[in-house]
Amino acid sequence: MSARARFGRRVTFAIGSILAFAYFFPFFLVFVNSLKLKPEILANPLSIPTHISWDNFQQALTKMNFFRSLTNSIIITVLSVSLLIVFSSMMAYYLARTKNKLSKYIFLILVTSMIVPFQALMIPFMARFAQFVSWNNRGALIFFYIGFGVALSTFLYHGFISTIPTEIDEAASIDGASDMVAFWRIIFPMMRPITATVAIINALWIWNDFLLPRLVLTNETQTLPLSTYLFYGQYSIEYGQAMAGLVLAVIPIVIFYLALQKQFISGISQGAVK
Amino acid sequence: MASARSTKKFLKFALTPLAIFTVVLIVPFVNGVYYTFTDWDGFETTKLVGFKNYTKSFQDPTFWSTLRFTGLFVLVSLVLINVVAFGLALIVTSKLKSRNILRTFFFVPNLIGGVVLGVIWQFIFNSAIVALANKYNWELFKESWLQDTTKAFWALIIVTVWQSSGYMMIVYITGLVSIENDVLEASQIDGASPLRTLLSIKVPLMAQAFTIALFLTLRSGFQAYDVNVALTGGGPFRTTELISLHIFQDAFANGNFGTGQSKAVVMFLLVALAALVQVTISKRYEVQR
Repeated sequence: MSARARFGRRVTFAIGSILAFAYFFPFFLVFVNSLKLKPEILANPLSIPTHISWDNFQQALTKMNFFRSLTNSIIITVLSVSLLIVFSSMMAYYLARTKNKLSKYIFLILVTSMIVPFQALMIPFMARFAQFVSWNNRGALIFFYIGFGVALSTFLYHGFISTIPTEIDEAASIDGASDMVAFWRIIFPMMRPITATVAIINALWIWNDFLLPRLVLTNETQTLPLSTYLFYGQYSIEYGQAMAGLVLAVIPIVIFYLALQKQFISGISQGAVK
Repeated sequence: MASARSTKKFLKFALTPLAIFTVVLIVPFVNGVYYTFTDWDGFETTKLVGFKNYTKSFQDPTFWSTLRFTGLFVLVSLVLINVVAFGLALIVTSKLKSRNILRTFFFVPNLIGGVVLGVIWQFIFNSAIVALANKYNWELFKESWLQDTTKAFWALIIVTVWQSSGYMMIVYITGLVSIENDVLEASQIDGASPLRTLLSIKVPLMAQAFTIALFLTLRSGFQAYDVNVALTGGGPFRTTELISLHIFQDAFANGNFGTGQSKAVVMFLLVALAALVQVTISKRYEVQR
């Protein structure tokens, strides 16, 4: 390697490291201060805690009902994503394999609908569904997520199914398999890579969504972003506890990411490029 | 026979998702557009009123200032996110040994919802920086940035760029690694400098990645809500309200369902128009391979 290339690499490394530090710094600041008491935070937010106290965390855990909101978030995300996978893969299979006017128009409407911002629907939406929402918060929210997510997910599956040769379907049908059996036993397992993409893109969006849960959910069914926001609003004066609450809100998704890092990165690049 | 079979297949495979999609998306959309031409008050409509809701919306001076503020926000965040994201993508696709760790650092803010990020930065701007500024006498930061409209705008931009650049970085990485090695080797043999290779070979060959990243940042810029609510809450004095928050306040806080919904339809038209223009222009630069 030439001296010039080595120099270039050092410069890249230096810039990269400074940026990485800058990107990480806010999280560091929150974590450090979550272990401190209020006077210590105000004296110097950058100082390392003189003695570590987990008291802030204990307070935040109970005050923001951490485990209840975590459970709600998990239930809502897992159910919505699973149902989205089932429904959109089936619809995409129909749309990709049936060539007629109906399927062409349905596909066109789905693709066009992706440009509509949620804000354009939000007001009539709430007026129309208020009753349904008060009857079952979580169920209603999951139902809405399927409605909002089905277009993009179907679109992603559609692109993938088009690459699977139709001979496979024909062979299955000659062997006497019904449409349903052929789809679930043979086609669906072949789509594992795109299923991972659909799962990750939707999970990230639903886990972090704020506006829809804010409109739909009540106290008992709050998700994590919602309870974090409300907790912070109420206790932001108690800096230490507020910071502990933020650390708790961040941890689950970061763990999930670190466990599935490869799938995340390939999922997002697949999902964006299609 | 064939058509009976395809109808059966439609019923089995597509009917349920399509019904949910229609109920959740199509019906409120059509309803919403219809409501703007009536005297709808959130519960019932008695008569058609033509364009009255729209004229009322455009007579509202706060709506104009929101539109200006949103336009500026979309433009500045779009440029900065994409410049930063492209830079990050170049760093993590270089031959550095630490590139995977760096990628993780750049990507993590993206995993976390805008609301949580917003309150993290609210603490930083309102408390942490102010405490440090008073200690070390930094004039620029002695007053919280969130108390001043212009500085609060830049605070919104900083947080948005920090949050979104990691995602767009992935899009650009995908574009960069899709370029065939022999093209790059050929340019190297012809004696092109790294900068020349970047501008004349890589950028044109990955134009599709730019189309996608610009489209995504454009859309999310118009729809930005979470960071806005959690960081500035629209303050000071409703001067940092982006369009999404403005509509929310108009309808749910002030009970103006008619104008709120017309502003939402205006927002939809703006997003659709901006996206159409952007995609048409970007597509022209894409190279057929």
